[in-house]
Amino acid sequence: MDALWRFLLLQDHNTRVVLAGACLFGAAAGLVGTFLLLRKRSLLGDTLGHATLPGVALAFLLAHAAGLSTRSLPILLGGAALAGVAGVGAVLLIRRISHIKDDAALAIVLSVFFGAGVTILTAVQQLPGGASAGLDHFIYGKTASMTSADATFIFWASLIVFAGCTALFKEFALLCFDESFAKAGGWPVRSLDILLMALVILITVVGIQAVGLLLVVALLVIPSAAARFWSDRLGVMAGVAAAVGLASSAAGVAVSAILPRLPAGALIVLSSAALFAVSFVFGTRRGLIVRSQDEHRAVKRLRREHLLRAIYECAEASGNAAAEKPVPVASVHEKRPWSARELAREIESAAEAGLLTTTPDDAQVRLTTRGFAEARRLVRNHRLWELYLLHHAEVAPGRVDRDADLIEHVLDPRLVAELEDLLDAERRRAFVPGDPEKLSP
Amino acid sequence: MNWTEIDTWIVITGALISMACAVPGVFLLLNKQSMLGDAISHAVLPGLAIAFLVSGSRDPLPMLAGAVAAGLFTGLLTEWIQRRGRVNADAALGVVFCSLFALGLVLIRLAADRVDLDPGCVLYGAIETAVIDVSPVPRIAWLSACMLIANLLLAAAFYKELRISAFDPALSTSMGIPAKRMQHGLTIVTAVTTVIAFESVGSILVIAMLIVPGATALLLSHRLSVVLGLSLLLAAGSAAAGHLAAISVVPAVLAAWAGVPSLGAVSSAGMMAVFAGLAFFAVLGITHAVRQRAAVRAEPQA
Repeated sequence: MDALWRFLLLQDHNTRVVLAGACLFGAAAGLVGTFLLLRKRSLLGDTLGHATLPGVALAFLLAHAAGLSTRSLPILLGGAALAGVAGVGAVLLIRRISHIKDDAALAIVLSVFFGAGVTILTAVQQLPGGASAGLDHFIYGKTASMTSADATFIFWASLIVFAGCTALFKEFALLCFDESFAKAGGWPVRSLDILLMALVILITVVGIQAVGLLLVVALLVIPSAAARFWSDRLGVMAGVAAAVGLASSAAGVAVSAILPRLPAGALIVLSSAALFAVSFVFGTRRGLIVRSQDEHRAVKRLRREHLLRAIYECAEASGNAAAEKPVPVASVHEKRPWSARELAREIESAAEAGLLTTTPDDAQVRLTTRGFAEARRLVRNHRLWELYLLHHAEVAPGRVDRDADLIEHVLDPRLVAELEDLLDAERRRAFVPGDPEKLSP
Repeated sequence: MNWTEIDTWIVITGALISMACAVPGVFLLLNKQSMLGDAISHAVLPGLAIAFLVSGSRDPLPMLAGAVAAGLFTGLLTEWIQRRGRVNADAALGVVFCSLFALGLVLIRLAADRVDLDPGCVLYGAIETAVIDVSPVPRIAWLSACMLIANLLLAAAFYKELRISAFDPALSTSMGIPAKRMQHGLTIVTAVTTVIAFESVGSILVIAMLIVPGATALLLSHRLSVVLGLSLLLAAGSAAAGHLAAISVVPAVLAAWAGVPSLGAVSSAGMMAVFAGLAFFAVLGITHAVRQRAAVRAEPQA
């Protein structure tokens, strides 16, 4: 309890530094991770993080040879950045000159560079002072022991990332959604790609030093993946991703302030995982609940449309179909593979919607004027599609009914108009009921 | 440099493990699951921690079971998130393995009161120490030979199914071959192979040998049987060359760069990965150059 108060009142200098640094980093990583997600390169951070190891180890080695301080942050970070550039360059090169997929290119660069890093690291450990150089912090992170110098680094890096992403928002969006369109429109696609990668390298190199590799990889991937559940709009997604990154950093640091035995970095990752799970279920755009509701609604609409069409076709079977013409429920039942209970439920719900009326003994149904117009439209769509598939898509006659069945529910009016023109040309109007608009009430 | 019996065993074991990894690796490549090895190498951590907390000891068997279970869980959870949440495959994998690794770190810290379970030892088993028990054959050499044979037998038994489900999942399902089940089988084999391997030789060799030899072979051929054969050769060759370089040339070069008179041997597993990578980039460059020349020669005719 005392620890919680100390955290909330930000009494410790160390807590203030760690909180500010981690939150800024989380927001920046979430923001730039959004673009990575859309470019299907979420794991680039993972590859990049591992690829920096040979750079760090080599920088240490060369600094030792030159008699410079092997603990100098700029030298080690410079090595990391150069190796990161080489790693990203290798990924882009593999992608450009071979048919090897992105995921394989990432795995190759990750393992080969990391192998080189481990090799050089075993040499570094044999140098005087090498065993305790703290190089392993580059792998395991030390969020809780972040210094003000680290936080300052993060501050400047995040500032550049925020500025870059804001200034080039439109260009990056184009790159993410339609690379070939951007290229055709004369945008410097490759330079933009390199610029985006440069921002990723910047945030990764600064991040692995200050908060550790795990946290860098996780905060580049998880917040943007969580944001995807909330919106399809890039601007909103980027904002949500930055917010998720910031919130998980704050939550993780808070918990680790209360339970100082637990590693802050891992707690931040677990917080972001929890936010991902919440988004997965409750997300307003792609969340589990919203999507299952949508699916439910679509199934309901489908069943309603099948019922109306079945009634219309039954009415048609005994002479001309018309509104208020009584149709026996039994003959409708034969048309649909539903149980009697399911059919009764569908009829009841359609009656509530004012599309049909039932006789008191429930043996017959009548379409109301509105229900009839709707049924007529559906039947018309279905038959238009059958014709279209038969004459233009060369679908086998035996399959036409089934295929039309699947697709008729998604016809939009413009397409229907187009099909009608086609139909005029075919002079096959007799197959299709007249236009609902011309109905005499 | 003086070559000892240990060096021979390092090369043999490294080659066997590399080949054992290359077999499922080719299919991972074709299934676009290349990062699965890296993901599993991180995600086993909570499996190890839970196995330790439950069994209360560091016996290899429960630890192995925990790690394999965690690896399998990674594959299945990733697939579920990808399907139900319509998340990109790579992002789903990233979410799962980062979260599991973080969970493992927390669990290990919680268990630390009871024993020292160093995350470092999970990621850095070393092939040099694994073969130290030469009498007459190191345990790990036997184990990796068995793994290689098992993987080869499995690949041979399900060759047709694996090939079709990798190249065309829809076709394979329509032919009555459950592509999904083949994929789960591949995930199980990958999890078992990687866990056994990096318990003894460290994760880096495993992650590299799963993907790099197969990718090199895919640059050279499009016939699956040829690709498998080539990747076995490349894996074994990289292992031999890697160890040789790690005890001879590389320490000398690094010593010169570091400005010290001499250095001892460097990580053999690391160098094996580097050699697999050198082979890949060499083949990448050569095939690209050959294709470019062929294109230039074809141009006047067109």
